[in-house]
Amino acid sequence: MAISTSTPPDGASGIGAERQRRRTLLHRLDVRGAPYAFVAPFFVVFAAFSFYPLIYTSWISLHRVELSTLNLMEWVGFDNYTALWEDDRFWNALANTFTIGVLSTVPQLLMALGLAHLLNYQLRGSTFFRVAALTPYATSVGAAALVFTMLFERDFGMINWALSLIGVDNIDWENNKWAAQTAISSIVIWRWTGYNALLYLAAMQAIPRDRYEAAAIDGASRWQQFLKVTVPGIRSTIVFTIVLSTIGATQLFGEPLIFGQGPNGITGGADNQYQTLGLLLYEEGWKNYQMGRAATVAWAMFLLLILVFVVQRIVQRVLTRRT
Amino acid sequence: MTTDSIPVPATEARPATARKTRKATPSSGRRRLFRHPGAGRQHHAGPVAYILLGFAALLSLFPLYWTMVAASTDNTRVTQTPPPFLPGPHLLDNLGKAWQDAALGKAMLNSLIVAGAIALSTVLFATLAGFAFAKLRFKGRNILLMLVIGTMMVPPQLGVVPLFMMMTELGWGQKLPAVIFPTLVSAVGVFFMRQYLSEALPDELVEAGRVDGAHSLRIFWSIVLPIARPPMAVLFMITFVHAWNDFFWPFIVLDMTNPTVPVALTQLSAGYVRDQSLIMAGALLGTLPLLALFVVFGRQIVGGIMQGAVKG
Repeated sequence: MAISTSTPPDGASGIGAERQRRRTLLHRLDVRGAPYAFVAPFFVVFAAFSFYPLIYTSWISLHRVELSTLNLMEWVGFDNYTALWEDDRFWNALANTFTIGVLSTVPQLLMALGLAHLLNYQLRGSTFFRVAALTPYATSVGAAALVFTMLFERDFGMINWALSLIGVDNIDWENNKWAAQTAISSIVIWRWTGYNALLYLAAMQAIPRDRYEAAAIDGASRWQQFLKVTVPGIRSTIVFTIVLSTIGATQLFGEPLIFGQGPNGITGGADNQYQTLGLLLYEEGWKNYQMGRAATVAWAMFLLLILVFVVQRIVQRVLTRRT
Repeated sequence: MTTDSIPVPATEARPATARKTRKATPSSGRRRLFRHPGAGRQHHAGPVAYILLGFAALLSLFPLYWTMVAASTDNTRVTQTPPPFLPGPHLLDNLGKAWQDAALGKAMLNSLIVAGAIALSTVLFATLAGFAFAKLRFKGRNILLMLVIGTMMVPPQLGVVPLFMMMTELGWGQKLPAVIFPTLVSAVGVFFMRQYLSEALPDELVEAGRVDGAHSLRIFWSIVLPIARPPMAVLFMITFVHAWNDFFWPFIVLDMTNPTVPVALTQLSAGYVRDQSLIMAGALLGTLPLLALFVVFGRQIVGGIMQGAVKG
């Protein structure tokens, strides 16, 4: 009896210590492990569905694989690459991707800069103007391209009608190479200008007011203030938007596809006049059933992207050194 | 599979900047999401500015207005010059026909499922990871964060060939999981939540939770989630818009028997439908849900994009 009365407290404290130890262990495990558990989903999904496919793309590009027999891979070494190098369609698509990229990105960002500057004034109805500027962003590529294709229609499109008012003859927007590329670029510009403008606007609002005051005291005009204070003040945002729209431009796919209305879209027009690398990738893989070749195009796009970034970095470095 | 997502200047991702600007109280953080360091310039706009802005708004909105106009007339009227500028009487007819011709009912449902699932999981995982990066201390945190930012530079489109093979293998070809799974997370989302939480969530709250013996998930649930609700809502909407509009990968992996809205719309352009006003009706239908979202939450979406944009 005496033993039994004396043991419970002892036992309880033993169990308590045990529990305490387990709790601190769990606690330490939690503190150490939880952060990794919290960031794990991102990395797992990224590794499985982005990183692994990207790497595996290079392996596939060394094989002949057909869409109908995906598990039969025949090693061909660098044949796909030499074939691509000698393929006029590749160089054509590369050139088109570049020209459409320039035609869409440069006016887009310049207009966004101007728009942001206007939105940065103290405005009545500023919310309306901001939401209006962002509305095209809510329109899917599919819908936007359908609408613009009709606006650019050769015989009854609104744009040719408007041009006819100032004496311009009907332009064949689809078959004329530069006209087609301009039309496709205008879809991109329409969808993304407002979005970029908002990014610039946000950055502009973060510029301290006294910098403008200092510039004004130095006798800088509004335009000089814009060039000397505003633009440098939002430089990192400008770089960021350049990077984003460059990535977007190298991947261009939906706009030219839909602009071409059907089978013509995949080849980027009857003469490939607006076929981009994205379209070529799709044509090789899902129209010609050559997945190996499609992977080669994808890998070429990746290299192109890296090249663009390297060039961009060099240009940026040169520019910063000069200032 | 969206590369063009919410803005976060990668160059401003230095962790130090967050520490420097962490003075905002939770309440001010709640109102504005992020505190801007500068006061900004506030000249009053003159008439020229209003005229230019009006013109910009016109350019933005006119194509949508005209879609509605074209969708409300008939094929003969649309294909005449001058083109119609005012709505005609056939809007409901055309919407009904386009709904059937492009099988938009199924497409809408699919898009709702896809965009909803992607937005939900993106928000959940981004908040979890954002919390860890903002407030928890662990080895390799900065390197992992840099990795997250680095992944933004890799357009997922480049992996479509193996991804397609993978989905075929899994038996997900033409099925919605093929579209949902690759996009369950977003690097920009993680970064967006991290920026918000490192400002709006006081360290003391997390430590107080620890002292009370709450484990990390409990802290996440009872302390982080209530504070993170406003940016989560914004992230949800922006991700939803992106997922709804995503095109390249769904176009490849889905087909017309089971499309999302943008994929279904290509059918209208592919020449099967000859009636131009029907095509416009389809385009209008495919855009309406997002336009409705913009009419109701436009201000919040604009705010979210802007507040995610500047940091540091």
